[in-house]
Amino acid sequence: MTAIASTNQAPAFRAGTSDAEIEAAALAAILARKRKVTLLRWGILVVFLGLWELSARREWIDPFFYAMPTAIIGRLWDWFSEGTSEGPLWVHLWTTMEESLLGFFSGSFFGILVGILLGRNKLAADVCQPFIKTLNAIPRVVLAPFFVMFFGLGLGSKVALSFVMVFFVVFANAFQGVREADRAMIANAQILGASPSQVTRAVVIPSAMTWIFASLHVSFGMAIIGAIVGEYVGAKHGIGLLINIAKGSFDTAGMFAAIVLIVIFALSAEWVVTQIENMLLKWRPAPFNDHAN
Amino acid sequence: MTDPLSTETPAIELINVSRRFISPEGKSFTAIRDFNISVARGEFVAVVGPTGCGKSTTLNLVTGLASPSAGEVRIMGKPVSGIDPRVGFVFQADALFPWKNVIDNVVAGPLFRGMAKDAAYAKAHDWLARVGLSRFEKHYPHQLSGGMRKRVALAQTFINEPEILLMDEPFSALDVQTRVVMHDELLNLWSVSKASVVFITHDLEEAIGLADKVYVLTAGPGTVKAVYNIDIPRPRQISELRYTPHFIELSKTIWGDLREEVEISHNRASNAA
Repeated sequence: MTAIASTNQAPAFRAGTSDAEIEAAALAAILARKRKVTLLRWGILVVFLGLWELSARREWIDPFFYAMPTAIIGRLWDWFSEGTSEGPLWVHLWTTMEESLLGFFSGSFFGILVGILLGRNKLAADVCQPFIKTLNAIPRVVLAPFFVMFFGLGLGSKVALSFVMVFFVVFANAFQGVREADRAMIANAQILGASPSQVTRAVVIPSAMTWIFASLHVSFGMAIIGAIVGEYVGAKHGIGLLINIAKGSFDTAGMFAAIVLIVIFALSAEWVVTQIENMLLKWRPAPFNDHAN
Repeated sequence: MTDPLSTETPAIELINVSRRFISPEGKSFTAIRDFNISVARGEFVAVVGPTGCGKSTTLNLVTGLASPSAGEVRIMGKPVSGIDPRVGFVFQADALFPWKNVIDNVVAGPLFRGMAKDAAYAKAHDWLARVGLSRFEKHYPHQLSGGMRKRVALAQTFINEPEILLMDEPFSALDVQTRVVMHDELLNLWSVSKASVVFITHDLEEAIGLADKVYVLTAGPGTVKAVYNIDIPRPRQISELRYTPHFIELSKTIWGDLREEVEISHNRASNAA
């Protein structure tokens, strides 16, 4: 009996309670839980920032190395209102966005394309397998100096680095997704009259979509890493350059401020990917709402 | 079709067919051996046999998805080469496309085959009406019950108007009550279409209830052990049928044959384990 009592099941109602009352009680419980979650989240945030600010002001931690939230906000305000030492903030922000977006789109496009082509062609996949494995074993960031040499200090070298970061992740997932396409479903399409290209379009690509989207979530982060590392190595504009300059002048508030900007950008991109995913994959069963505490 | 002889040739023939599989390590495994079966036009044939006797392999040979290692497979008197457009197939597993809604699933076949969109959708509406799912055209497969999904699968197959209908344990995943309803539904659809059917099943009562002829296969490598004519008149009402003395008598006779093979197959499995 104790086991039953301790689980958070719906409370037992007195006999004769109407459905409307039970539903109202359930709704109230759901709302209360939502409020609790929101409150706890804000609580954690406020406590964390408050402690940071307090310990920096009291010099429990060295504000020179760790900055403090108000200083970071102040730096962001400066950048927005007066621009950075390297020119207007918008130029830097847009540069990094442009680099990572171009890298992300080209990398995922070719990743999906090559993944599907190799996934549908067993011979090509077997032949290419060791080469892909070897290329994939190269830590991507070591390529940054090469790309700066090949493509110069401008946009090209960062897009190239972003591209290789994204490509392999998306390729691996697209390839796997194609391979996992259900055999019975493919046979069904074939017998219904589908040609090989119709099978690819009507069965293989849609069933690989779940895998591909899983990789797109990760790979946008990869695209940003590519752009920023590229900017570290050598650039005239970009958030990575701002961090590099802030580092050179021991401006920790500036470094944190740049990180905040990147985080906002990455979260917005992630939100867009999720929206597109929900739109394209609306055929999936909705997950059960799990309101257990 | 003007040639009177052409209606005499069976719809499906397997003549001394064997099928070996070679594993990646080079080991060979014989799924069916010296297999002979013949399905007349418009005939409903059921195939029963123990697990692993090559029942599904047989169907794959008829679809053209696989080819025999020896012997010949003929459809309407001609050897099978590749997937024949006259063939329809209902799978054991759910083979509907989960990202397409019901109507788009049903319309897939005609569209693959190049029918104009308007005509294809009109036809799909019609077939969904016949299986009683007009209200669910916009639903996705996961929103339907198992029985409804099977109805969609039937509509998806029948819309191509197959002359040959292959069914690989299509109702084995359904609960007993739904299965009986689906049997009657299938017989209704079939009585209109007049397709030649090969229906594979584990369930002897299902086989007797549906078919004109029941083939009993031996434990693997599968070959035909016996053939029984089922002389129960049509139209049949399967839900009533299985309590009649004649049906019970038939079941007993065929089960006598089938049981030996099931035991052989079972003993092999437990010896291997």
